[in-house]
Amino acid sequence: MHPTSAPENPIPPHQSPDGENLALPPDSPLRQEAARRTRRSFIVGGLAALGGVLGWRYLLQRPDAEGTPLPFRRVLDTNGRLSASYFRETRLAREFPNSQAVKQVRTNGREGLKSAIDLEAWRMVVQPYGGGPAQQFTLADIKALPRVEMNTELKCIEGWSIVVNWAGARFADFLAKYPLASRSGQPLKDSANPPADLAPYVSVVTPDEGYYVGLDMHSAIHPQTLLCYEINGEPLSLAHGAPLRLVTPLKYGIKHLKRIGTISFADERPADYWAELGYDWDSGH
Amino acid sequence: MKQLVEKHPLAIRWFHWLNFPVLALMIWSGLWIYWANDVYRLGWGNTTLFKFFPQSFYQAFHLDHKLAQGMSWHFLLMWVFFLNGLLYVLYTFFSGEWRYLLPNRDSFREAWQVTLHDLGLRKTAPPVRKYNGAQRIAYTAVILMGLGSLLTGLAIYKPVQFGWLTRLLGGYEAARVEHFVLTIGYVLFFVVHVAQVVRAGWNNFRSMVAGFEVEDVPVAAGAAAPANPQRHSEAAGNQ
Repeated sequence: MHPTSAPENPIPPHQSPDGENLALPPDSPLRQEAARRTRRSFIVGGLAALGGVLGWRYLLQRPDAEGTPLPFRRVLDTNGRLSASYFRETRLAREFPNSQAVKQVRTNGREGLKSAIDLEAWRMVVQPYGGGPAQQFTLADIKALPRVEMNTELKCIEGWSIVVNWAGARFADFLAKYPLASRSGQPLKDSANPPADLAPYVSVVTPDEGYYVGLDMHSAIHPQTLLCYEINGEPLSLAHGAPLRLVTPLKYGIKHLKRIGTISFADERPADYWAELGYDWDSGH
Repeated sequence: MKQLVEKHPLAIRWFHWLNFPVLALMIWSGLWIYWANDVYRLGWGNTTLFKFFPQSFYQAFHLDHKLAQGMSWHFLLMWVFFLNGLLYVLYTFFSGEWRYLLPNRDSFREAWQVTLHDLGLRKTAPPVRKYNGAQRIAYTAVILMGLGSLLTGLAIYKPVQFGWLTRLLGGYEAARVEHFVLTIGYVLFFVVHVAQVVRAGWNNFRSMVAGFEVEDVPVAAGAAAPANPQRHSEAAGNQ
């Protein structure tokens, strides 16, 4: 640190002349200097303020990029890239004891749930990254995978959060058994060291295509990302996305798609319902 | 003898005036975000003294249904707020301004006397310094609050990647409350700050724009007029 040197003309401490007339003599050089400096600095300040206002208006007039002006979208995406570089799959969302899981689990959002569904006939459809015909899976296929139970926070983008007891299969375990996300068909053995040709993005869409989310692959294969079929030990209700939903405490609730229909993999960021309406595509925690 | 006394360095003035609209917009966009889950209130049990905020407040300022826009603005301006604040703090250290700003052992007693005087309960005015005890405490506290907003904001924004921080602050819900309380703090600071600036008058306000204040400086008889006097660092006198 560099301490200031003693000022050359120090003023001795003195009582404040409260109320005393501090007007400078008219036409004195001092008054002219004061006026000049005051005028100059207010003009500079005024110009800076004007620049700020014009900049603000300019920002708002930029073309929309999915529900928000392009400069904002760029910043959201840059923040997303920064998050991605900082992301570690070893970091886990906080898990809670069973006693803290809520009994009444709040629902929010009915997009994708508005059509009828035949639970017996339902299949999870997966489009392999390497091409080829779509594969279909029953709920029994998902339940044959290792069952994982976890109590994690659902953090709604609105700002509320609840601890929920979820149970399901890790998406990573699904990809370990059914290597559909790599072009070469390599199974996923270790989330921390995925195959090099694993697709960068996952798309999950409801059967009626009314709701759809995109995930980065790192979040998708994280150990806390589940194909969830139970809440509080009971099969999902229709309101909670029966028979299967996506759960990942690494993201806001908007990514917890209810009623999984089709899963596919992509090289580019897949469409996302709320991202199109101005929200951050990454929405990661 | 009347002199122009340098009071606020150019850098300080830029940091100060940039922070004003940036913090205002952070709070504004923060309100757009908060509206989406506006659950805080002053009260207990079934008794609510004040709800943050009444419907009339949202309607008057068109704050509703702007969560996406709120987040867009908030996550853009947070960088400006952070950089401006960081550069300000670094500047106060490297320039030595911190000597005027940090409270010392006399500050709390002095702050009490200043408060009594400002409320009209004490006749004796505090001695003139760049910042009296109350100001030192306030201007240091508000910087610590800024750091608090940054940390609580980060805890809400990245509660998994910065999980240790969120845990330290008491969890996700707690961090959100703390973030909100700090914001209320800025509003209270602003009200007192503006009132005091108005009370202090034009000469003082101008110094935060133009950098100088007109002062009547005691000069020994026969001594030459000092050129561009600077205020003696009374921090040295206080130690």
